[in-house]
Amino acid sequence: MVAVSVSQRVASDDQLARLLQIGIVLEEVVEARTHRHYQQLDAELDEEVETLLADAAEESADHRERLESLVEGLGVDSVPFGEIESLVDARYGRTRPEDFDDVLYDQLCNEETAYKFYDDLIEAIEDSEATFSIDRGELLATLTTIRDEEAEGVREVTEVMERR
Amino acid sequence: MNTADQYLKTIYVVQDSEDGPASTGSIADSLGVSPASANEMIGKLEERGLAEHEKYKGVTLTDDGIVRARDALQTYCIIERFLANVLAVEDFQAEARELEAVIDDTVAERLDTIIDRQPECPDCFDPESDACACLEIAPEPVEPEQQ
Repeated sequence: MVAVSVSQRVASDDQLARLLQIGIVLEEVVEARTHRHYQQLDAELDEEVETLLADAAEESADHRERLESLVEGLGVDSVPFGEIESLVDARYGRTRPEDFDDVLYDQLCNEETAYKFYDDLIEAIEDSEATFSIDRGELLATLTTIRDEEAEGVREVTEVMERR
Repeated sequence: MNTADQYLKTIYVVQDSEDGPASTGSIADSLGVSPASANEMIGKLEERGLAEHEKYKGVTLTDDGIVRARDALQTYCIIERFLANVLAVEDFQAEARELEAVIDDTVAERLDTIIDRQPECPDCFDPESDACACLEIAPEPVEPEQQ
């Protein structure tokens, strides 16, 4: 077994870029899965859930674009949406929600996972003394905004779930 | 994955390859930390009921420790498979080791929805190559399943 480094810091541009790419993929998964939920449950969706899913997809696309700008600044390619969409499609049969409640629960997992990801990433950047080739303040401000929007998303989905 | 989980995963793999208790030295070597640091964390794992340490013999995971170690190993396998098959990272083992501390289990679960992990995971983990034995390095062909 090879030695691992037990550290929870972001140590380099390359590592930061990779983590941002993972963020992009997570957003793409949300967007693609949301579209699939629509197709699957179209007839059963009421206005409230439909709006929730539409807003979530739109927000993910917006987050993805912001992350893409950061990744570009690090000289790294984004991950094409079409590629992730195909992977979501390929495995959707095995991972799709069965009904309406499951869709909301899936959406809650999306928001919570994204929140946790950005929160950990912010902490790992703050704990690091590494110099990145993009502005640290701008990087943290962008990630904090996205994280806060995810927290808001968790709240919104929870409220809808509680009403039902 | 937090530091405790990284230790549990390492102890599990070392125990498996040594076919008995894991020596503190092997654990420290595998994690690239000093024996003193390893001893300190092993003490914490003992306090939490996740491992038992017998002097001159080594560390053995408890049943609870094994469950957590296997979860951690599974998370590691997801990260490796994601890096190798989705992002086509050549040195995916090295990157997975760097990233595992920053990637939470819930994040790994979402990444798991787009990779094709085998049902026997994490038993297919091969410590020699530090990767899943079933992992195909070439990008996976993307073919939607029949619904």
